[in-house]
Amino acid sequence: MRFLVVLLAALWGLAAGAQQGPLRLEITEGVIEPLTFAIPTFEAENAAASDLAEQVTRVVASDLSGTGLFRELPATSFIAQRAAFAAPVRFPDWRAINAQAMITGAVAVTGGQVTVKFRIYDVFSGAELGQGQQFVGTEAGWRRMAHKVADQVYSRITGEAPYFDSRVVFISETGPKGNRRQRVALMDYDGANVQFLTDSSSIVLNPRFSPTGDRILYTSYETGFPQIFVLDVATVGRRSLDIGDGSMGFAPRFAPNGRTAVYSLEQGGNSDLYAIDLASGTRQRLTRAPSIETAPSYSPDGRQIVFESDRSGTQQLYVMPASGGEARRISFGEGRYSTPVWSPRGDLIAFTKQTKGRFAIGVMRVDGSEERLLSASPLDEGPTWSPNGRVIMFTRETLGENGAPSIYSVDITGRNLKRIELPTAASDPAWGPLQP
Amino acid sequence: MTHILRLMALSALILVTACSNPGRFGGFGGFGGDGAFDPNAPGNGADPASDPTSPAFFSQTIGDRVLFAVDQSTLSPEAQLILEQQAIWLMSNADYEAIIEGHADEQGTTEYNIALSARRANAVREFLVARGVAGNRLRTLPLGKERPAELCAEERCYAANRRAVTIISTGPAALS
Repeated sequence: MRFLVVLLAALWGLAAGAQQGPLRLEITEGVIEPLTFAIPTFEAENAAASDLAEQVTRVVASDLSGTGLFRELPATSFIAQRAAFAAPVRFPDWRAINAQAMITGAVAVTGGQVTVKFRIYDVFSGAELGQGQQFVGTEAGWRRMAHKVADQVYSRITGEAPYFDSRVVFISETGPKGNRRQRVALMDYDGANVQFLTDSSSIVLNPRFSPTGDRILYTSYETGFPQIFVLDVATVGRRSLDIGDGSMGFAPRFAPNGRTAVYSLEQGGNSDLYAIDLASGTRQRLTRAPSIETAPSYSPDGRQIVFESDRSGTQQLYVMPASGGEARRISFGEGRYSTPVWSPRGDLIAFTKQTKGRFAIGVMRVDGSEERLLSASPLDEGPTWSPNGRVIMFTRETLGENGAPSIYSVDITGRNLKRIELPTAASDPAWGPLQP
Repeated sequence: MTHILRLMALSALILVTACSNPGRFGGFGGFGGDGAFDPNAPGNGADPASDPTSPAFFSQTIGDRVLFAVDQSTLSPEAQLILEQQAIWLMSNADYEAIIEGHADEQGTTEYNIALSARRANAVREFLVARGVAGNRLRTLPLGKERPAELCAEERCYAANRRAVTIISTGPAALS
């Protein structure tokens, strides 16, 4: 245990030091030309590692290229194809092909244990960016090691917190549109390693990660009626929250402290917001109105809640203290606004907007100013933030009899819109934290 | 220039194995109005819908559903005519209970549609209770846009999906 702590401290030191590096990509709306990088296939340090060395290299390259901020140079352009990981880098060969960054690595597999080493170079200055590092893990967890390497490259070059080694909980959907089979499922951020957490016998909705990723709140109809459940990710054990008197609940979300949840409770046709202490079951009513109050989301400091309400006549966004009380409306544009989600940085709120029969995902500042739309289609909804607040995933559904939902991601600049490839139709993503 | 490789052991690359717990799922069977209750199931020859005390008569002759305008949960005069008949049937067939499903079209977000469909189901429930049906025989079930009856992306389908469906849920046999 002591060993691990020392090494983690060393890693944090590296991350802080890396921000002094000369090679720097500022993620702003001005970034148009991606930064070029070369990543020769990682060296296999023993025969057992030869396939994995190739696979790890591809995942690192895919993570970086997938951001739209980096462009991989094809191996066919390389002057030197392979170099021993320990050998000095011949920078002129890489400058000649206009590589700005270069990543070298080596992989070893011994007794089911995988070791991945890597170094990152600033090609033009001919200097290493940060220091070499090594990750050790199980063979089954090799993708996570690749994501950790890519996270280091991303954060050392952009100065931003990373997000590749993270997971997303979502609803997997199969079957005909009129009778969808839905399951709570997990995936890596890139759509790999899909795992199902519930079976398909009940309608399930709104899965939401806890701040540490250890639990998931979701809405399930397994009793026949909508109830809120909390599921332990490690054991897949689950229990329903006692929200009181057979009432129906939906739209749950964790508070940043992980101990409280906020949700909508339906009574007599009316939906209001409540908070519940997950350990004691103590409940607190937060709104009291004949209108629809739903889709609550806490600010990162836990002091405020943004939610949607149709108290004005149409769905609009409101912010109130986390303990309830007076709410102020923040959305004033044309159309209706729903499913607000506070960014992990605290500066923006992502939302769904409907105007003229179309749906869009957008972001606005917490006071409602500087609204920007990032997507538009006949049916986009339900944004969720990457752990570093730079990327948003959401649901895009195609209409009609053969229509089906998919999960898309887009930068908060509006660039790099893409579909996450998954084995089934998928909806309602919620992005979990960066894994330790 | 020497570099020291710093080691970091990833202590827990334990991936959760997908596993479900089918024994604990169960419960409610039919969603969706269309086909959720099959009045012809017994198949004893005669048309069950011709028996005015049968659930088939309720769903086919009286009509099990009422429709709503966009974003609305108020009952139209047409809806009230159907619900008057539903109330009479429920009053004279007191052994049955009913679940009132609320639904919405897909032109709205998931959470809002759950809440909107709860309003619709409740509007039907309140109407039936006002006509004398005991409230403890009626439960509402908001289904949002999760179980559309019609699948096209045109207003005629959306109109059919903005509905509340009264599903007769317990037959006399179940009470014996």
